[in-house]
Amino acid sequence: MPKITYIEHTGKEHVVDAPVGQTVMEAAVKHALPGIDADCGGACACATCHVYVDPDWASKTGEASSMEQSMLDFANDVEDTSRLSCQIKISADLDGLVVRLPKSQH
Amino acid sequence: MRSRGEKLAQCPGRFKAGLRQPAIPSKHCVRMGANEIRRVIIIGAGQAGGEVAQRLRQGGFEGDITLIGEEPAPPYQRPPLSKKYLSGDLDMDRLLLRPATVYSDERIALLTGTRAVWIDRANMRVRLEGGRELGFDALVLATGARPRPLPIVGADLDGVHVLRTAADVDAIRPRFVSGAKLLVIGAGYIGLEVAAVARQSGLDVTVVEAAVRPLARVTSPEVAGFFLDEHTRQGVRFVLGGQATVIKGRTHATGIVLADGTEVPADLVIAGIGVVPEVTLARQCGLTVENGIVTDARCRTDDPAIFAIGDCAGRPMAQYGNRVQRLESVHNAIEGAKLCAATILGQDQAIETPWFWSDQYDLKLQIAGLFQDYDHVAIRGDMAERAFAAFYYKERRLIAVDAVNRPGEFLGAKTLIQRGHTIAPETIIDMSRPMKDLVAAAGQ
Repeated sequence: MPKITYIEHTGKEHVVDAPVGQTVMEAAVKHALPGIDADCGGACACATCHVYVDPDWASKTGEASSMEQSMLDFANDVEDTSRLSCQIKISADLDGLVVRLPKSQH
Repeated sequence: MRSRGEKLAQCPGRFKAGLRQPAIPSKHCVRMGANEIRRVIIIGAGQAGGEVAQRLRQGGFEGDITLIGEEPAPPYQRPPLSKKYLSGDLDMDRLLLRPATVYSDERIALLTGTRAVWIDRANMRVRLEGGRELGFDALVLATGARPRPLPIVGADLDGVHVLRTAADVDAIRPRFVSGAKLLVIGAGYIGLEVAAVARQSGLDVTVVEAAVRPLARVTSPEVAGFFLDEHTRQGVRFVLGGQATVIKGRTHATGIVLADGTEVPADLVIAGIGVVPEVTLARQCGLTVENGIVTDARCRTDDPAIFAIGDCAGRPMAQYGNRVQRLESVHNAIEGAKLCAATILGQDQAIETPWFWSDQYDLKLQIAGLFQDYDHVAIRGDMAERAFAAFYYKERRLIAVDAVNRPGEFLGAKTLIQRGHTIAPETIIDMSRPMKDLVAAAGQ
């Protein structure tokens, strides 16, 4: 199973087994990681699962859709590699993915 | 807010035997006002109940938490039930808010398949079906709502369903197959979401709605008209102003008869005519109940030891003149859980603008704010392009938005309402100015 590293705003790291086919958001929520709220449960409706993809991985996670990009425009502290983690599907290629979490989702 | 001065206080070293280890006594209880809280009972294990349990633990509460739910599953997400769970794209495992094992890991006693039948306020006890009694220092009612039953002959026939729980959808699925004739009673969000999934699954769909337009309670005629056109284009037949009087069939529903005598055949009937808040226990123990259990802005009922959150409760809405309103939404469940947990823990919690969403076909409807008493609507974007936002105003103040495939407009409006800012209706329709710029300018 692919492993994903989530780094909290404080620097605390969590390495999580993430099932292929689920999303980077789901793997975090299922492990109750602080820092991803995902209020809408993955419907791309709320922009509370914002993450920063590690620049080394940004090409593998792909680009945000226009819908996702419009939501990211209103997220806090957006950076070049910002994504909504409910829109990143876990594949074998993403084994080792590193994402950082923002200070706040609201 | 009364709780502002209340602090997470250290309580004397009393803690129950039987906990995993003699943990640090100071964290086993918090002080809420004059009361020590060591035992929290939550009745209702839906999203609100599950969230409040989790937030109490994450917030540092180390006392006993008991989460009581009638359904067999741990807390799960309901919104996908009428969307991706109905279509078969999501299974139960992925609906669960958190894996079942998390509850024992976090010492949350999760009692599924369990019904609470009596609340004894004087002695601060809850009785479960079967007679077992549990004591509490704080009680959270997160009892939810139940589908309004169809008040007509034949509603108890096989093939007539409501849609509230995973079990409801599991019962619908065997007949929810391509070519089947589906009759949906009620053109609210649930009814229209079901109609959309049904068309995409190849069912023949008729929607009967008593009002003269769909979504009559929840949106403006402009937006309702858009959804009516869209569903019609997708092949849904509508009977508006239609009153179902009888469901026909010997053991299984075969169709309905309308008030004007028209018969509509059906293999499957799904009623989505609203919900009734589940307030039986609240009434039984004498709490104030109007349209839902009445609470203050911090989710406290008129008993300081009892809270009510989620679909079953109404509280004053800060951005809307503090009118008491009961909302049926995921955000309201989460918001209530946050407020309730913060109140028990003696912490502050910011209040967020209410928001909602609905997915139908490839349309994402996102709603921020409460539109009910609007006096003006301004449409930004083009309905014909299936991407627009309806901004609702009251006395020129922005109070709500319905955004269809326009997430920026949704989040922008949500931010504005949150901050108490507004953008004039004449300005907001100017598509040459990006939403982000408009929102930024409104704050200056």
